Amino acid sequence: MSKWQRVTTAHQSISFSRRMMFVGGAQAAFGALLAGRMAWLSVAQNAKYALMSESNRVQLIPVPPRRGWIVDRNGKPIAINRSSFRVDLIPQQIVDRAKLVPALASILKLPPDEVDRINSELDQARGFQPVSVADNIPYEQYATITVRLPELPGVAASRGFARYYPGGSTVGQLVGYVGTANAKEYEKESKNPLLIIPGVKIGKEGLEKTMEMTLRGQPGGQRVEVTARGKLVKELDPKPDRSGGSVKLTIDSDLHQYAARRIGDQSGSVVVLDVQNGDILAMPSMPSFDPNNFSDGISRNEWKMLSENDHLPLVDKVTESLYPSGSTIKPLMSLALLQAGINPAEHVFCAGSYRVGNAIFHCDKHHGSLAMADAIMRSCDIYFYEMARRAGIEVIAPMAKRMGFGEKFDLPFSSQRFGTVPDPEWLMRRYHRKWEIYDTVNMSIGQGNVLVNPLQLAIMAGRIASGREIRPRLIANQRGAPGAPLQVTPDHLEFVRQAMGGVVNGGGTAAAAKLPLDNVQMAGKTGTAQVRRISMAERNSGGVRSNESLNWKVRDHSLFVAFAPVENPRYCAAAVIEHGGFGAAVAAPLIRDTMTFLFDRPKAMAALDVFEASIGGPLDQRLAAKTAAWRQANGLPLKDNKA
Amino acid sequence: MIGSAIIPRPLAKLPWRLIFMVTGISLFGLVVLYSAAGGSMSPWATKQAIVFIVFLALAVSMSWLSEATIKAATFPIYAAILAMLLGVEALGLVSKGAQRWLELGPVRLQPSEFMKPAIVLTLARFYELLPASEIRRWRAIWPALALLGVPAVLILVQPDLGTCIMVLLCGITVMFLAGLPLWIFVGSGIALAAAAPIAFSFMHDYQRKRVLIFLDPESDPLGAGYHISQSKIAIGSGGIWGKGFLQGSQSHLDYLPEGHTDFVFATMAEEWGLFGGILLILAFGMVVRWGMQVSANSKSRFAQLTAAGLSATIFFYVTINLMMVMGLAPVVGVPLPLVSFGGSAVMTIMLCLGILMALERQQRTQSRIA
Repeated sequence: MSKWQRVTTAHQSISFSRRMMFVGGAQAAFGALLAGRMAWLSVAQNAKYALMSESNRVQLIPVPPRRGWIVDRNGKPIAINRSSFRVDLIPQQIVDRAKLVPALASILKLPPDEVDRINSELDQARGFQPVSVADNIPYEQYATITVRLPELPGVAASRGFARYYPGGSTVGQLVGYVGTANAKEYEKESKNPLLIIPGVKIGKEGLEKTMEMTLRGQPGGQRVEVTARGKLVKELDPKPDRSGGSVKLTIDSDLHQYAARRIGDQSGSVVVLDVQNGDILAMPSMPSFDPNNFSDGISRNEWKMLSENDHLPLVDKVTESLYPSGSTIKPLMSLALLQAGINPAEHVFCAGSYRVGNAIFHCDKHHGSLAMADAIMRSCDIYFYEMARRAGIEVIAPMAKRMGFGEKFDLPFSSQRFGTVPDPEWLMRRYHRKWEIYDTVNMSIGQGNVLVNPLQLAIMAGRIASGREIRPRLIANQRGAPGAPLQVTPDHLEFVRQAMGGVVNGGGTAAAAKLPLDNVQMAGKTGTAQVRRISMAERNSGGVRSNESLNWKVRDHSLFVAFAPVENPRYCAAAVIEHGGFGAAVAAPLIRDTMTFLFDRPKAMAALDVFEASIGGPLDQRLAAKTAAWRQANGLPLKDNKA
Repeated sequence: MIGSAIIPRPLAKLPWRLIFMVTGISLFGLVVLYSAAGGSMSPWATKQAIVFIVFLALAVSMSWLSEATIKAATFPIYAAILAMLLGVEALGLVSKGAQRWLELGPVRLQPSEFMKPAIVLTLARFYELLPASEIRRWRAIWPALALLGVPAVLILVQPDLGTCIMVLLCGITVMFLAGLPLWIFVGSGIALAAAAPIAFSFMHDYQRKRVLIFLDPESDPLGAGYHISQSKIAIGSGGIWGKGFLQGSQSHLDYLPEGHTDFVFATMAEEWGLFGGILLILAFGMVVRWGMQVSANSKSRFAQLTAAGLSATIFFYVTINLMMVMGLAPVVGVPLPLVSFGGSAVMTIMLCLGILMALERQQRTQSRIA
């Protein structure tokens, strides 16, 4: 037996005291470990944990900033905010959801699918993020909710702001519209929490979209102390919000609305510029949509009605639509001819047709013998066929570009189209064929591949009027360049200006567009852009059919460009009425009245009243009648029961 | 002992230093519970005060028990508690759910709680009966393992991992002090480390999650790691002097879960800081040291082992809770005795202290006789 196996009480006692020391030591060591750990947490890492505790305690309830205004050049509101009433639910404060939601639905008369949406949003809701119940509710409902708040725990009724456009549909294409951010926009802004606050709208189209960052502003916040369950304990000092900046436009909203109304029921657009600096004074595109209807979400029926309309109310015809320039190209064509050294006094005989190789080009009249000024005034095509052929495309195309055709303008619109100025190089690239004489001939009257937007037409008129390379400007706070002098001989410009004056005042094609004023005269040029091909057979069988006898879709576009006064020009304008027929018949009187408005408002207003009476009353009245008719035709009730 | 002619002898003979210490800890606990309730005596502080007074009175009256009585009662009590554990298990089987307590009229008994001091007494009694020469024999080990293992397994399947660990640690401490060969402990330790992965695979999902979260609490700060994360935030944000009485935002705004029970230390630390924490750790340390002193001064082997084992029970209670709260151990559901709201922990501690006081009184009377 070894000594280890004979343990005695004495041994045991020694072993016990040794092990007691060990146990006591281990206990002390653990005590020290705990104290050390605590010191590490509360001293060494205090800053980190203090911050975490603070971010637990204090939560920021974002307060949406007020959207900036859009105002016209005189400070007149184009897009403003109107106070609106809304109801939200704070998920954490709801006591009895099964009773609350039906109660709200009955007070606010919510349709079943809205109730479903609220329920599903409540299911996904986290913390104190409110769930929107209804937006833009009438004051009576707001008042009812406010009175019953004590018995509706979790309901928050608040006053907010809704976007309001006093101009209604006349400014639709100009300002665009706002709406609630969708998931894609939220992701794109790397989940900016501002975008998901109920009631926050962001720009979706037009200026509202392109000027979003200026208009939006900085959100403020109500700093609150909340419990882990989201219960509000007390309010701390708030962080103030910063309203969005206002955007001042160069638009003259009175003129803009006047022109919009003057377009009537036709599909078209008008542009009015200040020739001194390119300020856009008006640019209505009609028909349009009412952006007020979009801010609380548009109904499917409204959208359907807009997108089915063949007058394209969803397209901004000023910058997005392209047209053959037609005869409105003739003033700049004359400048090209003069530059090419053609004597303006030289006559060309117009017998109604002109042969280039095998092709025969036509004029709409037999003008007889005429020189350049007459050719502009009476819009003779034969003269320009002949002279353009002599001058050559080498002078014509650069002149067209110098006048703004095909030029890209830096404007706050997301989808502009700039058209084309054809030349031999472009034709080769695009259609892989050589430039022929008949291409020049075709281009001389603005047909063929010449495509421009109405803004470019107005710019052309403005450049001829001012002799400067003006560019359009829409945002007033941006400093516009005055524009360098054009690379055109001043005498040539003066010659063309006088000829254009003759178009209106000297017995030219647009005699109907003469301003009803004693001291101001307008210069202009009509244009009729052909949409269909006129066949030889048609010409032979008793002449070209009149526009009135054709389907609306294939009628010619009616164009007019102008500036006024003829001497010392101040304003320039362009109008394109789609499928309106002769330029002189539709677009020219439209510009006449619009120009008149700039010099004599009462007279212009009187003319508008007569015009509107002839087409069935003011704009909103006609719109209402049209909507009702459309709804009836589509078997819909007169009003959407939209919440 | 307070030596004064005015105070009656039986009172003067009480271990006043310990009673002051324990009362001090409890009062501090009441202050923390008062704050945790948002500055109110209800619902916790008043109840806790009553529980404390009742069990302190019980402990003090227990101090008159003689060592012989305790010895005699040991095995019957152990058997009774084991029976109750089995009863709980059977009940659990019947009701098909976790069951930890027995309902005896108005009293709700949690037998596993009694097992903590009982296992200490039982093993101490066993090793006292075992002749000294047998201590290195197999005979010294297997009965102890059975006495410890059976209740431990019963508690583990309840399931109550925290209490099971406590019972095991208390038992092992007694076995260690009893003088079992060292290699048994070292060897078991190594075997345990090797077996940990296997044990892991047998755990309940929620227990497994707790272990994983303990290893990396930040992996799930809003889910299962929430307890540890928020507790560390509360302790860490308290700093040296704390945020001040009634100023703890973590506890008052309910970010700290179980702020009045298992995580009461975090509630305290947030408002009293490192200062309060060290104070509390020192106070508990002195209570444990007093118990260890009783053990060291004991003459009988039973008293030595019992006193050391009971002190270890208190020590493990406090240490496991603090490690858990400070992120050094997984969350196993062990409250901080005398401070956490709840009666069972106070009862266990007071039972331990009652027996310790009884043993201490005997030392004094014996020494006087000698």
